[in-house]
Amino acid sequence: MAAIRLAINGKNYSVDADPQTSLLSVLREDLDLTGSKYGCGEGMCGACTVLIEGKAQRSCITRVGSVSGKQVTTIEGLASGDELHPVQQAFLDAGAMQCGYCTSGMIMSAVALLKKNPAPSERDISDFMDGNVCRCGTYSRIVSAIQKASTTPVAAAAKGGTR
Amino acid sequence: MSTKTNFEIPLEPERYELREGAPYRFDLGRRDFFKFLGAGVVVVSVLRPAMVAQESGGGRRRSGDSLPKEINAWLHIGEDGRVTAYTGKVEIGQNIRTSLSQAVSEELHVPLDRIEMVMGDTQLTPFDMGTFGSRTTPTMNLQFRRVAAAARDTLVGLAAAQWKVDPQSLVASNGTITDPKLKRSLDYAALTKGQRLTQELPEEDPLIPAADWKVAGNSTPKVEGREFVTGKHRYPSDQKLPGMLYGKVLRPATFDATLTSIDTKKAEQMGVTLVRDGNFVGVAATSSQAAEAAIEAMRAEWKSEPQPSNKDLFDYLRKNTTEGEDVTGDGDRHDVGSVDQAFSSADHKVQATYTVQYIAHVPLEPRAAVAKWDGDQLTVWTGTQRPFGVRGQLAEAFHIPEDHVRVLMPDMGSGYGGKHTGETAIEAARLARAAKRPVKVVWTREEEFSWAYFRPAGIIDVIGGVSNNGTITAWEMHNYNSGSAGIRTYYEIPNQRIVFHPVKSPLRQGSYRALAATANHFARESHMDELAHAVKMDPLEFRLKNLKDERLRAVFQAAGKQFGWGKSKIAGQGFGMGGGYEKLGNIATFAEVSVDSKSGDVKVVRVVSAFECGAIVNPDNLRNQVEGSNVQGLGGALFEAIQFENGKILNGRLSQYRVPRFSDLPKLETVLLDRKDIPSVGAGECPMIGLAPAIANAIFDAVGVRLRALPLVPNGLKKT
Repeated sequence: MAAIRLAINGKNYSVDADPQTSLLSVLREDLDLTGSKYGCGEGMCGACTVLIEGKAQRSCITRVGSVSGKQVTTIEGLASGDELHPVQQAFLDAGAMQCGYCTSGMIMSAVALLKKNPAPSERDISDFMDGNVCRCGTYSRIVSAIQKASTTPVAAAAKGGTR
Repeated sequence: MSTKTNFEIPLEPERYELREGAPYRFDLGRRDFFKFLGAGVVVVSVLRPAMVAQESGGGRRRSGDSLPKEINAWLHIGEDGRVTAYTGKVEIGQNIRTSLSQAVSEELHVPLDRIEMVMGDTQLTPFDMGTFGSRTTPTMNLQFRRVAAAARDTLVGLAAAQWKVDPQSLVASNGTITDPKLKRSLDYAALTKGQRLTQELPEEDPLIPAADWKVAGNSTPKVEGREFVTGKHRYPSDQKLPGMLYGKVLRPATFDATLTSIDTKKAEQMGVTLVRDGNFVGVAATSSQAAEAAIEAMRAEWKSEPQPSNKDLFDYLRKNTTEGEDVTGDGDRHDVGSVDQAFSSADHKVQATYTVQYIAHVPLEPRAAVAKWDGDQLTVWTGTQRPFGVRGQLAEAFHIPEDHVRVLMPDMGSGYGGKHTGETAIEAARLARAAKRPVKVVWTREEEFSWAYFRPAGIIDVIGGVSNNGTITAWEMHNYNSGSAGIRTYYEIPNQRIVFHPVKSPLRQGSYRALAATANHFARESHMDELAHAVKMDPLEFRLKNLKDERLRAVFQAAGKQFGWGKSKIAGQGFGMGGGYEKLGNIATFAEVSVDSKSGDVKVVRVVSAFECGAIVNPDNLRNQVEGSNVQGLGGALFEAIQFENGKILNGRLSQYRVPRFSDLPKLETVLLDRKDIPSVGAGECPMIGLAPAIANAIFDAVGVRLRALPLVPNGLKKT
């Protein structure tokens, strides 16, 4: 056990954890940030996706020790107060969910995609998002939501990633 | 015209809806218990209590029993004018929290944002068998409309009494009763103030016809949708209580194993709460990591008998039927006319065998529960489609009365028929009992793959007899194990023999979205194409020639039109269809596939479905369900299959078990037929059944290869 310093959603934390512990379990169990979900534990479903220095990473296979001092953004840190991030708003507008369990990870991946590629084609979206699973099968709506968010100017600007 | 409005359908589709007893029976002393106190300020409408037989649950009903007629729902209108509607149904992604709110809003004339649905809480909500079988819309939605209408009439009556006027002269609108003549009004809050009124549902109360709906019938967005896009919604696996520990259970080496020896010395030194109770071994620790480490530190020996493997699966299923010894009477047989005679005089007789593999539900949220004891009162938050069933399992496992157990079901991360049981609830409760603190148990994906249950595998033998003019004269179909949902044919055939053969399943099996209807439609609709091919008829023309049901004809015609059936194709391209009738809904699905002649890769390029389920309650959500059914259905159709050997699952991880992803997504087109003259029915299951045969028929159309096993192309076409 060691004190690990974490910067999550612009807030500093110090957690007493084995550096080998997954970032996901620290987020969920120690910090009660339960928006990031467990789905497979091997980085194959994307439900646990967070942004580390603006890049989409699977927090279930990320050691907490490896993110010390890095900027981490989770779904809880995306909206600005009551104002949703354009990607969150686009998911709502497109009805891009059923049970919603994959939604956090989908949104985080989409934010990372738009940061990298502000105007992705359907193919770009499919390629980038292929590691995110929606068992309810709402993929086509998620594609629409991402495209809708991509036409929202602010999505392409600095809002994605660390704030 | 056939309208199929009779809801007293036989219960056979629920054959595999699991109603298991508790897997463990723990030895607990009897304690004092107290009754939960019910809350509620004003109950406006209460239905008669559910039938006693229903309440006792447990036993599997015989096939042919009808569903319970008494569907319980109630709602309160508080002194603040807010409406709380209570149902034992649960929200698992099908968006009934939204559609039921629409039903209440419509009849009660109250805005959606003043309605709260309390769902699946065994202390607060009426008993409900469970959320399965696409029953919510045909039963609970209708019931909420009736309850809300009665509540509205009660409020109108209160206002009429206060004003001493004829209730008929008053108008309910936007949470307010108005007297248009004297231009005065009272809002619902003013009317309920100080009241304690119990109103039973009247026998007859006219409901607003679908054609006049203002709130129902609209694409109302998911209520509380904002909670989901912000990560705030707390799923069962997100629940947390003060002082809560994390639990983990030792899994046997194989299915049906008995623990013969165990060394827990190391684990005991790790500062965890350890429980050994018969075959149950588990720990509770301050973190999930610590719990996992303690389990890994144990050395256990298990013994079990040799068990079947899936390389021998179909041989095994044929040899292990349980007919005659099946005390539940689940065998099913349907005989019409003289089948053998009709086959011998048929111009063409086509015989084929179709198979389906076991597949897993893979709900993205695995099973999860948090359990807390207060004396001998148990409270459990868990993800399940049957909160009342889980309450029964807990009562049985801990030898306590059901009224000592409260099960709450926070809206969960999907189920698809895969979460009817309370494994984690029981495990968490057992550990919490020992730790004297609340305990959470969340299954890993591997546990979910191995220790949940599967959609049944099956063999389906079909023989069809057809005359040269394309009239089907005889039909024989035998289903081994996969189930009898959707086994009957909707084509007009004078001579039929249709038999379901129950089998002693080599794996734990249970319900799955659409149950066996997927397998039975795959076999039937593939065979329809085989018969059409035998008489050289167009598959759509052949179906319509043998189909009288107007609603089914309508979906086949609508989907065919949207698809552009009859258009020309290029090399490697293939078109096919499949459709049918299930859970009171009607679906026709047309698929376009593209087969790469070099690699053998099969890509589903485009899927067009036409669906009709009576009056549409929420068009966008309905479209979402149809699209989702087709996307999820791609997995079972193309590549999903559970591999098992001697009591072990071999591919129980997401890296080994392929599910549909973005890259598998075809172009989806959905045609919704809105029949405002027909009662609304469910849509979560039926839309799935047309896809697999449509793809199989399209592959045949593309390359002339007839595939009769699901999944169709787990390794591409060449390697099948």
